Amino acid sequence: MALPDSPRTAVSNPPTQGFIENLGPGDVIKRSATDRLPPPTRELTPVAKLIDVSKCIGCKACQSACIEWNDTHPAIEENVGVYMNPHDLTPDMFTLMRFAEWDNPDTGNLEWLIRKDGCMHCAEPGCLEACPSPGAIVQYSNGIVDFNHDNCIGCGYCIKGCPFDIPRVSKTDHKAYKCTLCSDRVAVGQGPACAKACPTKAITFGTKEDMKALAAERVVDLKSRGYENAGLYDPEGVGGTHVMYVLHHADKPHIYSDLADKPKVSPVVHAWKGVTKTAGLAAVGLAAVATLAHGLLGRANKVSAEDDAHAREFLDREEPGGQP
Amino acid sequence: MSDPAAIEQGDEILPGNPPRVVRYRGATRLNHWITAACMVLLLLSGVAMFWPPLFFLTALFGGGQTARFLHPWIGVTLVISFAVLARQFWRGNLWNRTDLDWTAHMGDLVAGREEKMPEVGKFNAGQKFIFWSMALLILAMLASGVVIWEEYFGGMTSIPIQREALLVHWLGASLIMLVLILHIYAAIWVRGSFDAMIRGWVSPGWAWRHHRLWFRRLAARSADRGDARV
Repeated sequence: MALPDSPRTAVSNPPTQGFIENLGPGDVIKRSATDRLPPPTRELTPVAKLIDVSKCIGCKACQSACIEWNDTHPAIEENVGVYMNPHDLTPDMFTLMRFAEWDNPDTGNLEWLIRKDGCMHCAEPGCLEACPSPGAIVQYSNGIVDFNHDNCIGCGYCIKGCPFDIPRVSKTDHKAYKCTLCSDRVAVGQGPACAKACPTKAITFGTKEDMKALAAERVVDLKSRGYENAGLYDPEGVGGTHVMYVLHHADKPHIYSDLADKPKVSPVVHAWKGVTKTAGLAAVGLAAVATLAHGLLGRANKVSAEDDAHAREFLDREEPGGQP
Repeated sequence: MSDPAAIEQGDEILPGNPPRVVRYRGATRLNHWITAACMVLLLLSGVAMFWPPLFFLTALFGGGQTARFLHPWIGVTLVISFAVLARQFWRGNLWNRTDLDWTAHMGDLVAGREEKMPEVGKFNAGQKFIFWSMALLILAMLASGVVIWEEYFGGMTSIPIQREALLVHWLGASLIMLVLILHIYAAIWVRGSFDAMIRGWVSPGWAWRHHRLWFRRLAARSADRGDARV
């Protein structure tokens, strides 16, 4: 059997022996602010994290595992009467359980919808498109979108590029942070910390193909239990994602704490980094060339001897007591 | 409607051979060049953070992080400096009837037939265009720049607004670059203009050729005051 190039699972202690170390420079398929990227040396199997919200019990073990593995220190905040803690994603909290209470108009049931929020690892990442710093954001051939903090300049353009409102810029070191899909674990054959810690297997990890197959099973099961609109959230608008959800109400993602119904990179961002950029730079370049050409070939506007004579004559006339 | 021949503080004809026509006093020149220096630094750091082939320019500022930190502060400095400059210049740049006539004769100007142009005051219509477009564009850059100043104002506006501010900031920057090219080129093409902003004075011939109304008013005032001339 061929050696796996990506971990296939996040369950306890998957074997690391015989695993081909991955996520090196040869595995990068997109690099921020870089046009001519050398082609990747190989093609890794796409991986994905599947979050089955119907199995989530809201225990926040995933958040704890994330803090533990990434060694972050989210501030202790005040309880404002909801379970969500901290109150938002922060530079120190890459994943967050968002709790929503939804009144189902069809059944009259009050449903408690819990969604683990965090980077979706888009196939077409808006953050990477918006980033001005070469190599601050990379995408690997297995689908992971990762921030390289050595190159981050802290401008926050990734925040504007992201259709999911995920990256956060630290007020301490002025660098942007988000979920890495545990790229440092995946690189050595381990699944993400959150998936490993999840007690109900609401979070699973493996190849994207396997995760889609697992999701399909789950959707069949949910439908048999009366959730007719159950489905997989793998939005096409961003080319699909490497973090996917199984939703019991996949027809209305927004009820899950404002999950985007049809996410896509904003046309404003495309215009900013696309047509207006080309047009603006071309106009400035043309103007520079045109003035240079006129300067070299055209005639300068010089003061003539005549002008000088007229001016002197005029001054003489104006002089008090001067010649009439 | 403004007085077409209005003069500014410090404008005068100094006797001598040749007489020196003072156009910009020292404080104005310093003010102008501080604004210009800020503008150059803003363009270098700004374009570095927008167009990847020029990202290396961030090295001039000590790297990407410092360029990102400095850019908005240089912007604030420019806004203050330009505001001081505008406080002096706005009156002389008010539009009047001569400007329409001047604009209609722009073809003659480019073709080198300046004698067909109407007499103008301290600023011609082209200079007024540069002044007002800079004023407007700098305001647009300030407004959009504050919105995308992540460090202090990052969370104060919605992300869709921030995206629009990014676009406005780029469009404003490209227009400013076009106006700047026009401004700098006009100063080079019209020989003697740089002298006005560097040493502060121009020759009577220059004033006669390019700003005759202004020159006439200055001469008349000197005569009234009975300034002695050699």
